[in-house]
Amino acid sequence: MVLMRVIRDQPIPFVNSISVYEKRSHTMEQMLLTGNEAIALAARDGGVRLGTGYPGTPSTEILENFDRFGGQAQWAPNEKVALEVGLGSAYGNARTLVTMKHVGLNVAADPFFSAAYTGVIGALVIAVADDPGMHSSQNEQDSRRYAEAAGVPMLEPSDSQEAYDYTLKAIEISERWNTPVMIRLTTRICHSKSLVTPLRDPLNTRPAAFQRDIPGLVMIPAYARIAHQRLRERLNEIAAWNEKEGPFVEVEGDADTGIVTSGVSFMHACEAAPKARVLKVGMTYPIPFRRIRKFADGVKRCVVVEEGDPWLVTALKAEGVPVTGKQERYRFGELTVDRVRRILNNDTSPEPKPEPGRPPRLCPDCPHRVAFAALSKANCIVTGDIGCYTLGVLPPFEAMDTCACMGASIGVGLGLRHVLPREEARRVVSVIGDSTFVHSGITGLAEMAYNPPPTGHVVLILDNDITAMTGMQEHPGTGRRLDREETPSKLNYEALALSLGIQDVHVCDPVDDPEDFERMLNDALANERLTLIVARKPCPLLTRKTAASEASCEAAKS
Amino acid sequence: MRSGEIMTDDPVTSVVLAGIGGQGIVTASNILSDALRRHGYDVKKSEIHGMSQRGGSVCSDVRFGRRVMSPMVPVGTADYLVVMEPTQVGPNRHVLRQDGVLITPDTAAYAIESNSDEPDPKAEKLLNVALLGVLSAYLDVPGACWMAALRGNLSERLHDMNIKAFIRARTVETMARLVTDASKPNRR
Repeated sequence: MVLMRVIRDQPIPFVNSISVYEKRSHTMEQMLLTGNEAIALAARDGGVRLGTGYPGTPSTEILENFDRFGGQAQWAPNEKVALEVGLGSAYGNARTLVTMKHVGLNVAADPFFSAAYTGVIGALVIAVADDPGMHSSQNEQDSRRYAEAAGVPMLEPSDSQEAYDYTLKAIEISERWNTPVMIRLTTRICHSKSLVTPLRDPLNTRPAAFQRDIPGLVMIPAYARIAHQRLRERLNEIAAWNEKEGPFVEVEGDADTGIVTSGVSFMHACEAAPKARVLKVGMTYPIPFRRIRKFADGVKRCVVVEEGDPWLVTALKAEGVPVTGKQERYRFGELTVDRVRRILNNDTSPEPKPEPGRPPRLCPDCPHRVAFAALSKANCIVTGDIGCYTLGVLPPFEAMDTCACMGASIGVGLGLRHVLPREEARRVVSVIGDSTFVHSGITGLAEMAYNPPPTGHVVLILDNDITAMTGMQEHPGTGRRLDREETPSKLNYEALALSLGIQDVHVCDPVDDPEDFERMLNDALANERLTLIVARKPCPLLTRKTAASEASCEAAKS
Repeated sequence: MRSGEIMTDDPVTSVVLAGIGGQGIVTASNILSDALRRHGYDVKKSEIHGMSQRGGSVCSDVRFGRRVMSPMVPVGTADYLVVMEPTQVGPNRHVLRQDGVLITPDTAAYAIESNSDEPDPKAEKLLNVALLGVLSAYLDVPGACWMAALRGNLSERLHDMNIKAFIRARTVETMARLVTDASKPNRR
């Protein structure tokens, strides 16, 4: 494999000790940025040629800001495609950023593992945002396990400055070792604002070019066996570098208690235990065992403070590093200063219950309301999907019976139709939004035509012309790109369904004529054929936003 | 350097802004943290977006001082709690420290009264900035920083009415504090 390396003339700002934090005086050059904005700015300053991803809270604003800062940012139909596009870009010697939320990495896992084998020629930085506490997600999986499973180096920033610095560091590591690098974020990094001092001058870039390297980039078993060995050797080299030069922060303190931590937990820990000695690990994979062991040996008691799974503590214990972890209950939800204090004090008293807030709900003028009213009235078994319309599960509709992951509505609906007694099977309807359909519903529709249940099936696309839940992102079905530029063509769900072999395809405006919609649904349920209904009405939030931006354009002109 | 010194010598001030989606909580906390940054404080702010934009509870933590560590306000330590929606006082009161200041449309009724010539500060679109004006009377941040933050975070067509609402609330609250016992954080 050809190793191409960049000779830099710009040093990368790099936090190696807490004194660097202190040297950052409050100057006018400082910006107050979210972690997402900081990553976008670093991508711009780091010469990232292409940014791609799929929207998902809390990662969405990275690409939107990359576009705002002048970068080329694109929404892909889903995370797998985004990572593949990113991989191609990085094979072509370009610096590339791919963004997604934690569950998006499940979708992109296939290219993720292979990217680790082939490596890259340019830089491939994959920003993955976990959501501990599930503020807006269906699970709280810990993506750190993916870095280890695939053999992809991982950096974990603790605030926006580090989000900026580590993105540049990730580019450097990626180019130096020809490896994809993962930046693992959490909601409190993505959506918290803190001060950032950006680089004065952007990094030098280099031209895109493709150099043929068949054994390096074509993963047939014979080449992949070699690639796997190369991957492990590379990880050993990176581990050795991390031990010596990795991005650590050490806070001096009493030898009574030592804390090993990473990410936002570092901030909580410093506040919860101001007298403790702290080692914050910036690159948590490959794990710098020697450095941590040395730290742990120097204190009476060493506690690992980590959010989510007991991943780091388990690995350290397996290596014989004398550390303790947290109680099982702190695996659930986010850590806070209070919870870290409890972990350190071994406090087993019950935690105060959080006050219930007001739950989200469908907007008063949401067109999905019509659909859920009809589904509820027809007593359907609704296999649902992920988006605003998942709120149809809440009163007054309670019209959703399953919701597992992106695109699952169609497959789960088909599975139920196959096995349920006829009278029950014919009540099953799959409900999916437009963006989710493009993301991973299309293959479900192919399955429906390929293996039709005896009672047929009904798929309802709630098409509001936007990815609404994450805050109005475009997709291939809207006819607009990330920067709102119109595309020459747009995905036509009806034509697609007909070409796949779906027998009945209907389109209606549910708000314009709710009774027509209800009749259409009931007919489809009675017919026992393969049916797709597209309930098409733009999201009112989108309509208002478009009107407001047009008004401000007009005002600017006059 | 010992981190212990950071914490004991540098008290951090914590503000929690709360309400429901659509009330401009995030905008208000952006203006607040920008004004604090302009005055030279270290600032961190943290909030949850996402599903909350669909009419659910929204809560934003802003912390400032010489050096701030955690972006989240620990329970029972907030110095100020600004709540824009009456139903959200209950769910958020626990974040306030014992003698912390609660600011709501009710506690600050006189500072956000409408004046016939001006847009009503209680109006949905101005309430966030009006309550920020009330809060500003308690914080050591010069007016110029506030003005720059308001201009920097709002689109131009909204500047006039927001700045009017802000200044009016700030002035009334400042006067009210002068005539009450200024040494007590809780004036009523």
